[in-house]
Amino acid sequence: MRITTLAAGLLTVLVAAFLVMPAVVSMVAGVSVSYARGVSECLTLDWIVEVWRLYADTIVRSIAIALATVAVTLLIGVPAAYALVRRGGRLARVAEEIVTLPLAVPGLALALALIITYGGVRDLRGSSAFIVIGHVLYTLPFMLRSVMAVLQSIDWRLLDEGAASLGASPWRRFVDVVLPNARPGILAGALTVVTLSIGEFNLTWMLHTPLTKTLPVGLADSYASMRLEIASAYTLVFFLMIVPLLVAMQMLSRIGARREARP
Amino acid sequence: MPRRFEILLLLPAGVFLLAFLLVPMAVLVPVAGSGRLGWSAYLAVLTEPRYRATMVSTLMVAAATTGLTLMIATVAAQFLATRRFVGRDLLVAMLTFPLAFPGVVVGFMVILLGGRLGLVAQASEAMIGERIVFAYSLTGLLVGYLYFSIPRVILTVMAAVETLDPALVEAARSLGAGPLRIQRDIVLPALAPALTAAGALCFATAMGAFGTAFTLATRIDVLPMVIYTEFTLGGNVAVAAALSIALGLVTWAALALARNATGSVAAAG
Repeated sequence: MRITTLAAGLLTVLVAAFLVMPAVVSMVAGVSVSYARGVSECLTLDWIVEVWRLYADTIVRSIAIALATVAVTLLIGVPAAYALVRRGGRLARVAEEIVTLPLAVPGLALALALIITYGGVRDLRGSSAFIVIGHVLYTLPFMLRSVMAVLQSIDWRLLDEGAASLGASPWRRFVDVVLPNARPGILAGALTVVTLSIGEFNLTWMLHTPLTKTLPVGLADSYASMRLEIASAYTLVFFLMIVPLLVAMQMLSRIGARREARP
Repeated sequence: MPRRFEILLLLPAGVFLLAFLLVPMAVLVPVAGSGRLGWSAYLAVLTEPRYRATMVSTLMVAAATTGLTLMIATVAAQFLATRRFVGRDLLVAMLTFPLAFPGVVVGFMVILLGGRLGLVAQASEAMIGERIVFAYSLTGLLVGYLYFSIPRVILTVMAAVETLDPALVEAARSLGAGPLRIQRDIVLPALAPALTAAGALCFATAMGAFGTAFTLATRIDVLPMVIYTEFTLGGNVAVAAALSIALGLVTWAALALARNATGSVAAAG
């Protein structure tokens, strides 16, 4: 084997180890009686139980916020994606630029703008809805792009015109023809939105109140003030929530690739 | 085509974005000018030594993250994309699984790696009798941003490498070009659009990220941390707003430049 190939392989393996090792340490520490004494002692689920006792509300709230976020992005994002694909041209590009602005502007700045503008509305500021608003801003571009990509890859115009020639109204065509055909994009977009919402911290840290803590906020709290085993167990709970979502996303993209490969 | 139908489809998203994106951002602009410094708050990031130093160190961390990530990803992606070997899928999975980790979790990973009880501290104590701790500093932040960026960039570069024509590399090799020459003259020019897009995204994320720095230490002086402390601890809303706008402009410009250079929309994380 060439020396350069060997070096490249070595670097790749080292980087993989760099990424995996701390995650493994964290998972092991989360189920060890004591991190300092090592794993060999014995394993326990006590820390996980303790995490549930301390932080169950953050876990439940994060799931609720993720579901609310995905509901809103579906309701406002899917119709908008269809309208932008239909319309095309410069107007659509400007609109897309505005929608994707929250990806270019740091979450902290966005959260600051929201607090300065709406911080005085006490009922909104103190509720989880304020966090949902932030999460929708941040995740909407992903939903939009995912749905637009699918619509652009299928011949929506042909389908739409076909249905129109049969006398279906624009709304009927949207609900009965376009939506079913855009389903892979909608599903992929929804999974991305849920995953991003559950892990979102930059906006959430500014927008939350002591009564509306989410999972990542709780994680930051446990990293700062809890013993390493509890912080690790909490991180493990987060991994367990996020991994099924990632696997589902991967499977979905694999199915999509196979469908495309077919002539 | 019924235009009214399209307007109705766009209306819900339009109202939402107007109320919660455009109006708040417009409100931010005058707030930044309302403080002790007046409108010169906008220049504070350049004129006040403390903020200028913060801006410089933030830019440097982001630039170092981008450079190192691109180098590592280019080497690893080529190694993985062109070969089929036992354990390749496992290696790819190991390299991409931190994709969904938020910044706070990445910060915790850095603490487990380079913190007071971390792996490096334990290993270095066993080997040289001294605990090496790097987590709670700019070095730790850089390591965290590498941890965060490498999986994302590797995926993009791997996709680009797969579209590369292996015959070109073969031809160059048969003509006697060495590995460095092949990289410089064939591989890197072909990968340039993907590297630009991924690099800009990496840079913008490293500029604006907050979670990792927050987990590692409140004393790390990068722009997002200073904005946070000015706002919550200092109660200095005007400066926080001005710095936010400066930060937003830098990240937005980085992404816009890359998009113009490559002509494609970069997906963000």
